Amino acid sequence: MSDTPQAPSALESSLDGNTTVMGGTNSVSPMTAVGRAPRQRTSWRERFEITLLSGPAILVFLAFVIAPVVAAFYYGFYRWKGFGPPTDFIGLHNYKVILTDPEFHRAVLHNFEILALSLLIQGPLAILLALLLNRKMRGRSVIRVLVFVPWVVSEVIAGTGLGLMLPVNGAINALLTNMHIFGDVKIQWLGPHMALWTLMAILTWKYLGFAIILLMAGLQNIPEELYEAASIDGASYWQQQRRITLPLLGPTIRIWAFLSIIGALQLFDLPWIVWGEFNVDRDGISTMATYMAHYGPRTGLYGYGNAVAVVLFIISMIVAVLYQRLVLSRDVDGAVTDGRKKR
Amino acid sequence: MTTASLEAPRAKKNRSAQGGSKPKDPWGSPAVYFIALVVVALTVAPVAYIVLGGFRDNSQITVDPAGFPSPWRPETYAHILQSSSFWHQFLNSTIAALFTAVLVIALGLSASYVLARYKFRGRGLMFGLFAAGLMFPITVAITPLFILLNNLHLTNSLIGVILPQVAFGLPTTIIILVPFLQAIPEEIEEAAAVDGCSRLRFYFKMVLPLSLPGVLTTGILTFVASWNSYLLPLFVLSDTNSFTLPLGVQQFRGVHGSDTAAVLAFTSLSMIPALLFFTAFERRIVGGLQGAVKG
Repeated sequence: MSDTPQAPSALESSLDGNTTVMGGTNSVSPMTAVGRAPRQRTSWRERFEITLLSGPAILVFLAFVIAPVVAAFYYGFYRWKGFGPPTDFIGLHNYKVILTDPEFHRAVLHNFEILALSLLIQGPLAILLALLLNRKMRGRSVIRVLVFVPWVVSEVIAGTGLGLMLPVNGAINALLTNMHIFGDVKIQWLGPHMALWTLMAILTWKYLGFAIILLMAGLQNIPEELYEAASIDGASYWQQQRRITLPLLGPTIRIWAFLSIIGALQLFDLPWIVWGEFNVDRDGISTMATYMAHYGPRTGLYGYGNAVAVVLFIISMIVAVLYQRLVLSRDVDGAVTDGRKKR
Repeated sequence: MTTASLEAPRAKKNRSAQGGSKPKDPWGSPAVYFIALVVVALTVAPVAYIVLGGFRDNSQITVDPAGFPSPWRPETYAHILQSSSFWHQFLNSTIAALFTAVLVIALGLSASYVLARYKFRGRGLMFGLFAAGLMFPITVAITPLFILLNNLHLTNSLIGVILPQVAFGLPTTIIILVPFLQAIPEEIEEAAAVDGCSRLRFYFKMVLPLSLPGVLTTGILTFVASWNSYLLPLFVLSDTNSFTLPLGVQQFRGVHGSDTAAVLAFTSLSMIPALLFFTAFERRIVGGLQGAVKG
């Protein structure tokens, strides 16, 4: 296996819809696959095997992922309470309401605030901690497991625990008072002034472990010889990290950033559980998804809820495609968006 | 560059990291341990609060919200371990997580095998289809998905949770598994063919065991994700008999809100399986993800 940093990772190339997963003998880009097809016709037997093996996965995927998304576009054009088939066609009215609703505007703003802060806070922290945990030292495996604990604990459990710790009379303020930090001042962690920062702290706590896992997997792919060569040349530890690790870790960092961006746009559980359905907007941490859950089937506004889903879908897709073209295209040529351009 | 070399060195590296090299590792510098200690304290504190809180009684929690149990009161835990609703939800969560993980692996591995080892028209399209799914977690589709499940009469049934979870789990699974399958050297397959082994038999006899690290990784990730999932069950399950643990925790908190100790005990008991599962296999997950982030 070559460790050439240029080799696109599976995840990246998949994000680009490019099938060149690894440099191995089997990686055939879609273009060459199509080009070869007439010469090497797929036999009926192979066709049968392909259908048998991939059919179930494709069926389930189409039925429960693709079909609902398509259906959302359809339902979004109706005023529909969920009884019987939708009949009250109202065109783009739902979308007009969504796009002019200040509550939705606030939700979108919060999503993007959370997105930017997640990248800025979690990125550097995760890189530092991944480097730290990647050093060969005693006790490393115990530390590793403990750092991942928040990521494994479910959002509901984390949310329930934190929801009990964070109120004015909760454990956090009690702890600060016991330690005589801030004197007797009780901080309103969940109030509108602090909510966004409290949420960021919670998200960092919850998802940093995942970033670290991903980065550590990336670190293992960097050949040891590079560091040995660099230290023979007299490079210090930090120089090595800056000149070798960071550039070679680039693709993994960019994948993490992509997943983090998508996660930030779809954020739902933690604000919903810690603050509750009716407080998220007041405290300034509502998101598109909490807006959708609040105004969707739970309130009987099925058509409207679907329209919100469509808006959420489109915003996510625009961001994903932009990210691919502007950032991931550095790693792999030929994104979904311009598949014709070959390197 | 041969694909043949991929599987062996990686497996070896993992094994040596797991067993042999541990005693040889040197001590790190005190500064590193100090940072690690602070980080670990921060990550573990909320979990410790939940677990320890379950051992306190409500008056202890009111008087000093941040204190340790004194005296320890295991009764709350015992009480919850005797409640049938906890075990019922525990069972529901286990069924949902097990079936989701097994189905994701069965469907995902087969599809990955096709993507990794067959050359056919539409392969790029198929890969693109699943890869697109990676961009859209279940949140986007939850409203129409609920309507679909309602039409299929699958609400209030674990099947209504399992099937969508399988579908939304497929993209990650396929992304992780395809590199593993591509790493199986062509020669093995050719040799098998010479010996009269059909490709399907080859799949069951060779592919399954050889891709085990990747299968384990995706299986564990799927199991934990299902065990923890909240949004989908929240929409799909409204009958308390079908509740999974996350919904149970929320409901318990709603009903016994003033009984903080009981809420904490219930919460901490419901997180244990996922935690144990993950801790046992943590190293394998890092190893299994390596193929996916090959840089």
